[in-house]
Amino acid sequence: MTQAVGEAPAAAPRRRMSVSAVAPFLALALICALGALANPRFLSFDNLTNVLARSTFIATIAVGQTLVITGGGLDLSVGAMAAFISGLTILFLNSGLIDNMPLLIVSAMVLALAVGALCGLFNGLTTTIGKIEPFIVTLGTMGIFRSLLTWLAQGGSITIRNTDVRAAYRQVYFGDLFGVPYPVLLILGVAVAGAFILYATAYGRHVRAVGSNEDVARYSGISVARVRTITYVLQGLCVALAVIVYVPRLSSASAATGLGWELTAITAVVVGGTRLKGGVGHIWGTIAGALILEVIGNIMLLSNLVSEYLIGAVQGAIIIIAMLAQRGMSASR
Amino acid sequence: MSEAGEKKRAGAGPDGPVLEAVGLSRSFGPIEVLSDVSVSVRAGEVHAIIGENGAGKSTLMKILAGHLAPTRGAIKLDGSPVELKGPVDAERRGVVLVHQEIMLAPDLSIAENMFLGRELRRGLTVDDREMNRRATEAMRVFGVEAAVTAPVQRLSIAQRQLAQIARALAVPHRIAIFDEPTASLTPVETSALLGLIRELKAKGVAVLYISHRLEEVKAVADVVTVLRDGKQVATKPAAELEPVDMARLMVGRDLLALYPPRPPAPAGEPAFEVGRFGAAGFAEDASFSVRPGEILGFAGLVGAGRTELFEALFGLRKGGGDIRLNGAEQQWRDARAGMRAGAVYLTEDRKSKGLLLEETIAVNLTLASLDKFQRGPLIDRAREARALDEAIQRFDIRVGDRTLLAGQMSGGNQQKLLLAKMMQLDPRVVVIDEPTRGIDIGAKQQIYRFIAALAAEGRSVIVISSEMAELIGICHRIIVMRNGRVVGEVAGEEMNEHAIVVLATGVSTNGEDVRT
Repeated sequence: MTQAVGEAPAAAPRRRMSVSAVAPFLALALICALGALANPRFLSFDNLTNVLARSTFIATIAVGQTLVITGGGLDLSVGAMAAFISGLTILFLNSGLIDNMPLLIVSAMVLALAVGALCGLFNGLTTTIGKIEPFIVTLGTMGIFRSLLTWLAQGGSITIRNTDVRAAYRQVYFGDLFGVPYPVLLILGVAVAGAFILYATAYGRHVRAVGSNEDVARYSGISVARVRTITYVLQGLCVALAVIVYVPRLSSASAATGLGWELTAITAVVVGGTRLKGGVGHIWGTIAGALILEVIGNIMLLSNLVSEYLIGAVQGAIIIIAMLAQRGMSASR
Repeated sequence: MSEAGEKKRAGAGPDGPVLEAVGLSRSFGPIEVLSDVSVSVRAGEVHAIIGENGAGKSTLMKILAGHLAPTRGAIKLDGSPVELKGPVDAERRGVVLVHQEIMLAPDLSIAENMFLGRELRRGLTVDDREMNRRATEAMRVFGVEAAVTAPVQRLSIAQRQLAQIARALAVPHRIAIFDEPTASLTPVETSALLGLIRELKAKGVAVLYISHRLEEVKAVADVVTVLRDGKQVATKPAAELEPVDMARLMVGRDLLALYPPRPPAPAGEPAFEVGRFGAAGFAEDASFSVRPGEILGFAGLVGAGRTELFEALFGLRKGGGDIRLNGAEQQWRDARAGMRAGAVYLTEDRKSKGLLLEETIAVNLTLASLDKFQRGPLIDRAREARALDEAIQRFDIRVGDRTLLAGQMSGGNQQKLLLAKMMQLDPRVVVIDEPTRGIDIGAKQQIYRFIAALAAEGRSVIVISSEMAELIGICHRIIVMRNGRVVGEVAGEEMNEHAIVVLATGVSTNGEDVRT
């Protein structure tokens, strides 16, 4: 059937812009304005790209978390998983199995993605087939992944030994394409992919359906277990992507790697307007949420108003304020 | 509005109204959902309020029970105006409301729910023994012998409804308001409830009663008020109104026959055959078959295992047995498998299993058939919009605004949407569970026509219903289940309420036990 593109009926359901969908962006703009007032250096190109690059890990992981949470799940293991994958990746780089350097680095990346997907698959299958609460499952795997890394590192840290490899791989974090750092491109790419999956594909709609009401999904012939498991696999891939740009930054992994990332990522997701109990997901809101958290930390470093040791407290306050604001908006409708 | 004002001038004598509402109106934003309604009820009187969905019945009841404040008008108790400050205030004054929606904590027991917020105490602890005893007694009135210590979530919907009624009536009261209490009850439980209402009446309680079921209204009410579009159309003694008059007043036009002409009973080979099928713990050894173009009814009491049997058939709960579709053996591990083979099940529980209440009509319409709406990895939104146009047209889904969420639609429109959603799959076998529960008479009439049309198109249709009248009205044959087993089948001349009740209860109407 040939149908002119513009011929879609006028009544085609358009996603309605709700206040809660726009709020994270307004908040981000407001915070950036405050940052500019507090310190003119805040708006410098270097500082802004630095902030963006630093937010890559949380933003990338949080996109995966958005899918998991929208599907009615939760993944607490992402920080530990990042540490575990970092350790394995560095061990592989150190193994000298491949002589060709670009090939070695690319293989390490592929390995990271494969391990990430497998870790996610394990989380997914245990919650769906094993029928255990995702909170419990991922609390368990969080301990397992972190402990595996500590064991691999024998309590210390794992570092890229070969200085040539280190120098070559460094480009992945510090390099840029037409002035745009690679990590920023990664955020963009992951967000576009996440938004595409969630909003434009049948799978994305199934994710929302499963998170919104599992029974309705089941009675509609949707395989709840399959849909949910895949969200965890996608989460694992997002963690692996974050690791791929994280490893070249410090060239090392230790028991402290990725500590607390799960909570920061969940904060970004919730601040971004995604509903914690599932059914409603905002990918771009999540990106805004991750940026809000990073920008606030940055402003606190640049200005001397509040001690930077209080960053955690401020981030904690943000999540509560964000929830109160959402509650207020939905109540006033 | 002509006959409306007669009763309200009666004043407050010893025989005057206990509860009187004068000129009540209520608006939500610019929309007036109730305008200038006056009703009154005396001690020992049952006043029924009837009307289609959206006529304003529930709004009126909520105002009388203190859940909503009226925009205009006054409420008088014993002749003096009062301002109800909330449901607690209303209860304190002796007005209790039995809600239409079930509002019980699923993890707490019947007894715990019944006394929630007003637990009996013995010293520092709650007096569970006494509460359980009273709860057991209250449930026995309805003929329910369920353990009152079991969590409410293990009860059937009907049992939950009864527990909710018992909970409301456990509060001291002189005015009881029932908001569609029988929507999910079978005839046996309904007659137990009507018996209870007569008892309340004899005790001098004033009863306000909302129902869709006009026969029931005729049987129990003294006075009937008809609402239409928020306005009071008539208030008359029940003795002067036959159900058909009530229906005419509710709809505002003469209703053609409620049931469509039955398509001719088909002959030929069965399309769908089920042999010795069981649903773990709920049904066993069920065998039946349906021909193309045939409408087969499933009757039985709530708890007879009808819903569970079909849920097990469609892989939605545990069970097993033989299924054949057009001669080919089938085994469905999930609903998707049934759909692929050409069979669909429409749940009785529209709101929590049928539709995503927070999503739009279009999303719901295509949810079960999204792969048909894909272009590459993308959802083809233009095609989806066209499917919505067609569905709205074919099933007469009445929505002004297509961005409306499913949860904002009336029950009738939700049922039409659920039907439209499953028909996207173009199934050969359609199982519809409680197709008209909680929907108004106009929408019911339409649903019956849709069902007849599905059969006329050569599909095999199975209708599970607790309303015997509708099964008799639309089906070619009716299978009756009792305690998880198929106990009989009626067709043709034998298809009457008496025959079905005898099979469903195992007791003939003169009390003789006919169980075999």
